[in-house]
Amino acid sequence: MLDVTGLSRSFGGLRAVAGVDLRLHAGGITALIGPNGAGKTTFFAMLAGFVRPDDGTVRFQGQDITGLPSHRIAAQGLVRTFQITQPFAGLTVAENIRVGAFLRVSDPAEAMAQARVIGTRLGLAAQLDRPAAGLTVAGRKRLELARALATSPRLLLLDEVMAGLNPSEVAELIPLIRGIRDNGVTILLIEHLMQAVTQLADMAHVLAQGRLIASGTPRQVAAEPAVIEAYLGAGAAARMASHA
Amino acid sequence: MRALMVGLALLVPLAVPQQYLVTLAMLTVTSAALGQAWNLAGGFGGMTSFGHVAFFGLGAYVAAIGQLHFGLSPWLGLPLAALVGGAAGAAMGAAAFRARLRGSYFALVTLAVAEALRVLANSLDITGAGVGLQLRLAPGLAQFQFVDRRLSYLAALILLGLTMAAASHLGRSRFGARLAALRESEAAASALGIDVVWVKTQALALSGALTALGGVLYVQTYLYIDPSIAFSPQRSVEMLLVALIGGAGTLWGPLLGALVLHVVADGTQLLVSRPGVAPMMYGVLLLLIVALLPKGIASLRFGRRRNA
Repeated sequence: MLDVTGLSRSFGGLRAVAGVDLRLHAGGITALIGPNGAGKTTFFAMLAGFVRPDDGTVRFQGQDITGLPSHRIAAQGLVRTFQITQPFAGLTVAENIRVGAFLRVSDPAEAMAQARVIGTRLGLAAQLDRPAAGLTVAGRKRLELARALATSPRLLLLDEVMAGLNPSEVAELIPLIRGIRDNGVTILLIEHLMQAVTQLADMAHVLAQGRLIASGTPRQVAAEPAVIEAYLGAGAAARMASHA
Repeated sequence: MRALMVGLALLVPLAVPQQYLVTLAMLTVTSAALGQAWNLAGGFGGMTSFGHVAFFGLGAYVAAIGQLHFGLSPWLGLPLAALVGGAAGAAMGAAAFRARLRGSYFALVTLAVAEALRVLANSLDITGAGVGLQLRLAPGLAQFQFVDRRLSYLAALILLGLTMAAASHLGRSRFGARLAALRESEAAASALGIDVVWVKTQALALSGALTALGGVLYVQTYLYIDPSIAFSPQRSVEMLLVALIGGAGTLWGPLLGALVLHVVADGTQLLVSRPGVAPMMYGVLLLLIVALLPKGIASLRFGRRRNA
């Protein structure tokens, strides 16, 4: 479904993403993890057409989408959410979701009906007619998800949808994300919360300093010495092993 | 219902014999129409233009030059002016939005374009340079010149109706929903598949076309245009004031804003004959609105009416 080869991007002297290869098959949930500043969000931004790669290619459903503008990529079914939520603050929650639905449906009433169904499915029923500006952090995260979902995506890129949520909010969101996967949407998510990653993802890829350093199931990569050192510093893996 | 009542109220001046009262009504309605035309891009789409008079002036000159140099009927001048205004909006939009100019940067570009056009109109032969262009007096429907102010008022009313219809369409259509979305967040809009540059360019073209029609009405009413009238920065400011005071991005805002602005300005002029007091009242009014009703007068009576 997604085939990334040699994707690279520098900002000034900083190589934010350096030659990353990644393949995703349709179906399933894949996690992209890594310490702060590893280049995860830049990687997402390149996939979704928000940042132009210096080098490398992105193929989505067999088509080369490298460097296409973001709206064309979204129209092909690859849609991202934002780590820092970007609600359309002046619109109601239902109107926000309808903007997503308008990608596939041109009739306003039909798009609104779809938006309400999706909003209800994501637990926003009580807020549908309220302004999006009044939503809590958890509500905004759900709105990001609902809006993206309303575009009927094939591949959803979720950038830290759990960040800033309390444990019970996380516990509520996990089955919702599984439900999206069960409806046939492939999901790639950036997440810091290992608990959520182990519960959700079939596969995890670890990015550190712009490079992919490990791939495997979430448990496998969490035990990998290179991953532990990326998070805790050089020699950490050896010290942990000697203490054990 | 509300639309019907407002519509009937707007027909009242047609039955008023005092020409100066009709003239006041005509100025108010023209101001509302231009404010609404500004609102289509500036309010609904968040493209704060400080130079909308560029489109007004282009429309006025297209009609005047068409008649004086090419013998073009003003009735054909109307669609031609709309076309030129729309093309100017599209060109300005394509250039500014492609370069990702937003907010005050976009405002400065529009201001610069209007000023450049004023300088240009001042130096070209075809615009009559600083002397301006005077239309031949030929009252009658054929030349779109009316002795009776009530007919000029009617023409302004029709333009207001057009701009209101466009605004109402933005409140209900997919295009309008996309415009409102990108006003709130261009990044999110683009992530949801909206071609931000294209939608904004279309909105500015629509706004430019309708504003240009206002220019034609002006030149057909006063039969004279010169660069400082056609491209006066004051008119740009009035267009955005009318929309902001009434409520930017709302259907009724510009009409309310124009009513309040003209009642205050003309009322001040009646009470205090000293020049400069009326424009000063604009400033006072704007400060009051910004401090007390940041979403405009429309937010007062009609609740939250920022259309999607």
